[in-house]
Amino acid sequence: MMNLLTVENLKVGYGGIQALKGIDLDIAPGELVALIGSNGAGKTTTLKALAGLLHPTAGKVRYAGKSLFACAAHQRVCDGLALVPEGRGVFARLTVEENLQMGAYTRRDTAQIGTDLEHKYALFPRLAERRTQLAGTLSGGEQQMVAMARALMSRPKLLMLDEPSMGLAPMMVAKIFETIRDISAQGVSILLVEQNARLALEVAQRGYVLESGLVTLSGASSELLGSDAVQRAYLGG
Amino acid sequence: MNGWRSAHESENKNQATENTEITEKTGAISVASVFSVANSFPRMKFNHKSKLLLAVLAIVLLALPFATDALLGRGWVRIADFALLYIMLALGLNIVVGYAGLLDLGYVAFFAVGAYCYALLGSPQFGLHLPFWIVLPLGALLACVFGVLLGAPTLRLRGDYLAIVTLGFGEIIRIFLNNLNAPANITNGPQGISMIDPIRIGGFSLGGTHELFGFTIPSVHLHYYLFLGCTLLVVFVSLRLEDSRIGRAWMAIREDEVAAEAMGINTRNIKLFAFAMGATFGGAAGGLFAGFQGFVSPESFGLTESVMILCMVVLGGMGNISGVVLGGVLLVLLPEALRNGAGPVQQALFGKTLIDPESLRMLMFGLALIVVMLVRPAGLWPSMQRRRELTADDGVALQEQDTVYGSSR
Repeated sequence: MMNLLTVENLKVGYGGIQALKGIDLDIAPGELVALIGSNGAGKTTTLKALAGLLHPTAGKVRYAGKSLFACAAHQRVCDGLALVPEGRGVFARLTVEENLQMGAYTRRDTAQIGTDLEHKYALFPRLAERRTQLAGTLSGGEQQMVAMARALMSRPKLLMLDEPSMGLAPMMVAKIFETIRDISAQGVSILLVEQNARLALEVAQRGYVLESGLVTLSGASSELLGSDAVQRAYLGG
Repeated sequence: MNGWRSAHESENKNQATENTEITEKTGAISVASVFSVANSFPRMKFNHKSKLLLAVLAIVLLALPFATDALLGRGWVRIADFALLYIMLALGLNIVVGYAGLLDLGYVAFFAVGAYCYALLGSPQFGLHLPFWIVLPLGALLACVFGVLLGAPTLRLRGDYLAIVTLGFGEIIRIFLNNLNAPANITNGPQGISMIDPIRIGGFSLGGTHELFGFTIPSVHLHYYLFLGCTLLVVFVSLRLEDSRIGRAWMAIREDEVAAEAMGINTRNIKLFAFAMGATFGGAAGGLFAGFQGFVSPESFGLTESVMILCMVVLGGMGNISGVVLGGVLLVLLPEALRNGAGPVQQALFGKTLIDPESLRMLMFGLALIVVMLVRPAGLWPSMQRRRELTADDGVALQEQDTVYGSSR
């Protein structure tokens, strides 16, 4: 089966500093792939480059059979690439409902946006209770829910999640990861960036380990969970 | 993005079906329909009330120049004219600052561009006397172009950095106008351009006194009605923009630019559009100003003016049209009231004038600004969202506080 996303030799630099030194990565349709690594390994940079928020210095990115090189960030959303940014990035002074509607910004099918909205509320019942509340006044976990629901409103084929567990209470983390599994079960491909390596590898089918801008390990999640290197470096074993 | 209103619309639909039920059952009124009449009554009453309010407001606004003439004296219609011009400017800046969250400290430059465009094309300066309905849109268009010119290089800047660049831009325009009298005299330099053609619509000049419907209407009154119409147009456009797809995109950019881009918003174009739209309003107001005043000079377009307009937006309530209008009215009226009132009040209290009213005016004005910002940090009439963010006097806000502070349960 053809890959949904293929990344070859992707290089991204900030000024003189090379954050990504040429990484390869691929995601099949419907797959849940984890990208793990320590601080400053280049995880967020990878997602930002894939979303079009950063411009790579070299490399090829093919998505759904076409090159993404000349494609602006806002066009990628139309093509079904959605990013949940690091730190959630909810629109603090808009209500929960308005946030979700912003997610459907690129869509023109008004009627279906309404049903999708109800569907998202079914997925996150907590948000349904807080429709009219300003997103900035929600708890961290609820804001993460808003950010994820908002990204899903664009009907993505590939959902990119940047550190969804960051700063959340353990119970909320469990809930968020449960939802990630649900979303994946609905056939959406997911690229999950996490510092919490164990959690990420437990839900993912495959994983990549990123270290100072290079992929040092990759394979099935179960293999990575069992491998000595990962155990030592990230799982404290 | 009809979804924004879908809830409200469906409510209306329910109302409509209820009403048709009532008309069908006029013969035998059931208990249920009596209830639905009772339910729909407050809404109808409210509609009626707001219509009445609107009518009263319209009459007040139309009668205002004559009322001030009779009650306060001749000068006040002119002040009202300036208040309307400032409201237009403040509403234009509100788009840039209030909606899109881009701090612009050089907004008066667009006012200057519009004013000078009118002045150069409709005065003896070049001997050009183009008609009003060409010069005014041209000024607005030129200001729009300048808006994009300013916006394009500053797309990556935010907050303080953007403020500094826009401040520089405002000064550049003013200094340019001040020095463009040599080697070729274009703007007449610091002397400014005088004898600008009055606003003339068809054969009807607003520059003189007219007899209409048995009333004698002086020039300032005519300008008042023209400016009132223009202000209402600007208010209408602002309202429509606020509720539109573009308006929502502006607010998303204001809240989080990266997230907005990740939502599929073309942030570059949408930000440029905010600059262009704001500048267009500024340019149009500038043209009206030149035609009204009959004289423009670089002095009228200093940094103080930019700051003043920004004050109107912030003081009134950023992002809220009614608030911005209120801010504009107050900041024009307050200094005038202090100018005219400070002397007599001192005379009455102390028997002599202790402090020069002119210096007292600025002192009181500054004090008023500080007090307002301390007591009402979101502005005098903040938007619903700002209000909910900063106070907790309604149910939803309390629920919000509960989640934020009580979420550790």
